[in-house]
Amino acid sequence: MCDGDAGAQTPVPNGPAPGSRTRLDVRKTYKLFIGGAFPRSESGRSYPVTSQAGALLARAAQASRKDARDAVVAARSALRGWQSATAYSRGQVLYRVAEILEGRAAQFAEEVAACEGLGDDAARRSVEAAIDRWVWYAGWSDKVAQVAGAANPVAGPYFNFSVPEPTGIVAVIAPAASSLLGLVSVLAPVIVTGNTAVVIASEMRPLPAVTLTEVIATSDVPPGVVNVLTGRTAELAPVLAGHMDVNAIDVCGVPPDRRTELERLAAENVKRVFAPAEERDEDWERPPGLRRMLAFLETKTVWHPIGI
Amino acid sequence: MPSTEMAWEYAPAPESRELVRIAPEYGLFVDGTFVPAAGGHTFTTVNPASEEPLAEVAAASPADVDRAVKSARGAFDDVWRRMPGSVRAKYLYRIARILQERAREFAVLESLDNGKPIRESRDVDVPLAAAHFFYHAGWADKLEHAGFGPAPRPLGVAGQVIPWNFPLLMAAWKLAPALAAGNTCVLKPAETTPLSALLLAEVCQQAELPPGVVNIVTGAGETGAALVDHPGVAKVAFTGSTEVGKKIRQAVAGTGKKLTLELGGKAANVVFDDAPLDQAVEGIINGIFFNQGHVCCAGSRLLVQESVAGPVVERLKRRMATLRLGDPLDKNTDIGAINSRQQLDKITELSQAGEAQGAGRWSPPCQLPERGYWFAPTVFTGVSQSHRIAREEIFGPVLSVLTFRTPDEAVIKANNTPYGLSAGVWTEKGSRILWMAQRLRAGVVWANTFNRFDPASPFGGYRESGFGREGGRHGLEAYLDV
Repeated sequence: MCDGDAGAQTPVPNGPAPGSRTRLDVRKTYKLFIGGAFPRSESGRSYPVTSQAGALLARAAQASRKDARDAVVAARSALRGWQSATAYSRGQVLYRVAEILEGRAAQFAEEVAACEGLGDDAARRSVEAAIDRWVWYAGWSDKVAQVAGAANPVAGPYFNFSVPEPTGIVAVIAPAASSLLGLVSVLAPVIVTGNTAVVIASEMRPLPAVTLTEVIATSDVPPGVVNVLTGRTAELAPVLAGHMDVNAIDVCGVPPDRRTELERLAAENVKRVFAPAEERDEDWERPPGLRRMLAFLETKTVWHPIGI
Repeated sequence: MPSTEMAWEYAPAPESRELVRIAPEYGLFVDGTFVPAAGGHTFTTVNPASEEPLAEVAAASPADVDRAVKSARGAFDDVWRRMPGSVRAKYLYRIARILQERAREFAVLESLDNGKPIRESRDVDVPLAAAHFFYHAGWADKLEHAGFGPAPRPLGVAGQVIPWNFPLLMAAWKLAPALAAGNTCVLKPAETTPLSALLLAEVCQQAELPPGVVNIVTGAGETGAALVDHPGVAKVAFTGSTEVGKKIRQAVAGTGKKLTLELGGKAANVVFDDAPLDQAVEGIINGIFFNQGHVCCAGSRLLVQESVAGPVVERLKRRMATLRLGDPLDKNTDIGAINSRQQLDKITELSQAGEAQGAGRWSPPCQLPERGYWFAPTVFTGVSQSHRIAREEIFGPVLSVLTFRTPDEAVIKANNTPYGLSAGVWTEKGSRILWMAQRLRAGVVWANTFNRFDPASPFGGYRESGFGREGGRHGLEAYLDV
């Protein structure tokens, strides 16, 4: 936030004194990320975000129901192109996210430290794990179909194979505590297979998510593939859970005892609900396994007769 | 239904009813024995082809369901989960073999209780049910190789609710993977078709399956709801209507129970102008008239390319005129009885809506038997996408014909439904088959064929047709803690 060598200067209420080497920092407005653009909430609302120590870090946009619906529209329009991109191409795009993130690791470490109350080393490790997770998932793009697909030996003269396909639009309620590593761990498995995502960032720790959208916007990720909302989870999650054009929802950021209503709303269009009961924030550093990718894949089985 | 003046009449060729002995009364199958329902309530199951009562069947109350779930839990904890997979496999192999041995008995019983032609129960339902047990038997001692981790665990008691359209086959689809994975089961057959599941219970006894591993509770919707809601059930599997599936989804919300749903469909069967038309017409007929159209994946929307719409519909009508409707036990019958009065009313109502909305209705000349529930094979032409008969699942022998000009239009129309269970494509061009198969949002795509099923082939829907797969390696996931 502040220049490193500003320590000797006495802060002046109206800015640096004439001739001072201190410059007034330019603060960032934390905005939403919808369809590749950075709008404020259409509601004009924002809310204060504080550090673990209680200091004001910034104000984040407080997305409305309308913003959530706009994000779904953006995700729907991005879906066709993203799911029909080659797996190789999607893998490179995810890898590119890791590249850009690496270059901004210091900035993320600072933000993660501030909002999660971590020491510098712990914050840096968490950011590094987040970068490595992008790389890990990037490599899955052109392998998951070989692991999750099958050639099926049916009892008849038919060629029969099963392939995984993306479910569609996935609403992701990001983990509440792990602001970057947790977010990446739930977002990357959704999009690597060709889904598009509408993410509700951690309500109390949203700033790394917003900064991540700046990385995504400059990493060849097509507009609308990732959309990130900040605001009140209790206000936004039901909109996405009940939205008829959302195909699946990951409710991991909602405590198990508050998921019931979201699961009920999800019934209306038979959404796929991923609600891991045992997941805890301290688990994010563990190897993630395949289940988050598999949870948002459909299996399509194709039959064709064999003959001459 | 003679199709030409020259046709020779078929002589009646009924399969013998004596192949199966139907008891006057059936109890619930709980803890390895047949017991009456706690309240003593029963319901009557009838032969839909004659409306003749077949048997009185116990109606399970919530107390009965509780007893069945406890029995299943006991068997899970004390016997089934502890048993080596290789031993579970042997029990399932036994069941498969007994099903094959008693195949004709099952086929006759299924046709009597369900109304489906003996040709189908004999050649499809029963052999496939046996094959499902045989296939899954082999998984029971190989689960660590199925791709779900080094030691995948069963879930516990599976509560399974199945429909009336393939009563035995659906029981096999549910029980075989659940048991192979090490779960125990409480199965609720449909109210109108309980008998083949109860005969399967006898097979379990004959196979000396440990008591409580399979329990069968007969009854109507309340019995199913009691099973789904029971806190001792760890896994719910349902096949049936999308409407009920959504209610089950809501009921299960927040419980942590694992859920798979196999729901309704409104499949598009897409015929391109280069398709081999005679084969395509056979596929269309099989797609919609197989099992009286009581098939969730039925090809109920025919999308035919405009340039061949005339000849396709003409050949289709000619072929429909040769379909033989009547006694389900007659080996020459193509179209049997509608399963229930209620279903007949629904088919009738939707067909009337088709006429009222302006589609052209046609059925071949067809004498319907006086007693029983029957509906003539019917095709609607001039159907538009907004018509109810193009949007709603009819679940009967009623086909809606729509047309398209370009492949893109075919894809858009095929996907214009909240369902996504199956789809068909007919074309001689290989690259177009794969292009279509990629774009159709459906869990099963039949190319130059339709309505094929196999235990090794994963089956299940996209979107509002449900989630989870049955069959193949994929189907095991539904019954493992992964």
